Amino acid sequence: MNNGIEKESSAELTLIRLRGEVDLSWSQQVREAVLDAQKLSRKVGVVLSEVSYIDSSGIAALVEGFQNARTKQGGFALVAVSTAVRSVLELARLDRVLPIVADASAIPEAASVPVWKP
Amino acid sequence: MNTPAPLIEVEQLEAWYGRRRILHGVDFSVKAGEIRVIMGGSGSGKSTLLRHMLGLNRPAGGTVKLFGVDMARASEREKLDVRKRIGVSFQGGALLTSMTVGDNVALPLREHTRLDEQTIRIMTGIKLEVVNLGGFQDLMPSQLSGGMVKRAALARAIVMDPRLLFFDEPSAGLDPVVSAELDELILRLRDALRMTIVVVTHELESAFKIADSITVLDQGKVLMTGSTTEVRASDNERIQDLLNRRPRDVQIDADQYLQRLIGEDA
Repeated sequence: MNNGIEKESSAELTLIRLRGEVDLSWSQQVREAVLDAQKLSRKVGVVLSEVSYIDSSGIAALVEGFQNARTKQGGFALVAVSTAVRSVLELARLDRVLPIVADASAIPEAASVPVWKP
Repeated sequence: MNTPAPLIEVEQLEAWYGRRRILHGVDFSVKAGEIRVIMGGSGSGKSTLLRHMLGLNRPAGGTVKLFGVDMARASEREKLDVRKRIGVSFQGGALLTSMTVGDNVALPLREHTRLDEQTIRIMTGIKLEVVNLGGFQDLMPSQLSGGMVKRAALARAIVMDPRLLFFDEPSAGLDPVVSAELDELILRLRDALRMTIVVVTHELESAFKIADSITVLDQGKVLMTGSTTEVRASDNERIQDLLNRRPRDVQIDADQYLQRLIGEDA
């Protein structure tokens, strides 16, 4: 699978679709894409259904996006998280911190730490 | 489909310390995604084999290849490239005592990448969370317990998300709960981050819990490499001694004994 980023933007929502293996070689692009999108749109969703591997530099980009959204009172969520991404999030227990939604319509209006229920 | 080349290929490795032969023609290979345990008693050659795989010792004979690169013949650049793809958690931790835990863990990222400081801080924090040391980044190594030092060393070893992780004696000196947590973590690192992991240990319970396959070393020779079931079922007397914690029956050669007492050249 080829690596790639696609964006669909409006003032209300930007969806960033990541594809392939997110690692050190291009995770800084992911970080910039997320931070740029947050300048443009009130809500940002990162679609991860086609990500087959993500390393911790990729996860760091998502964490920074979430923190940025909290500062700006914007909406932020990870959308349609693949099993591979979920297992990395679970390793660091970040599945209990980052908002994860099934589809873009469920991205919250403002970022807040989800209440984790076992 | 072609079978991918093993990540580690050791062939006919010979090692000597002075006049003492430590490894006798050791063959050892590990596939991607495998958890291999190297088991053996004290002095069996486990650590020497590990040091050769890390490129810390040069083979007296034979070859050691990591990612297909012959470590004894590789240029400095090739060796550096390999070393960026491996992580090592040393038995004693080997943390730098003058740096905080956070700076120790972040060190490989600062040395080998051009990531921005915010990303480095988050990646370091994530790995400290993974080893259950979240919030400990500002402490000095001297302020940590033995088990915490070991976990901080593991966080540093995995901070670059290495494809290949070497872990020397993960359980030594740890309480049973932390030891069991580390075993669980090793399995999850392989599954979530697709690491290939080589663990050197003499802890039997831990070895059988985490290993896909086990290589048993004894007196510098590979007694066998096999699945946990195969090792348990082995009829080799030395392997059964190890598994059943039976003391060795040391064979005495009177001439050699006297030579050792009187002098090697006597």
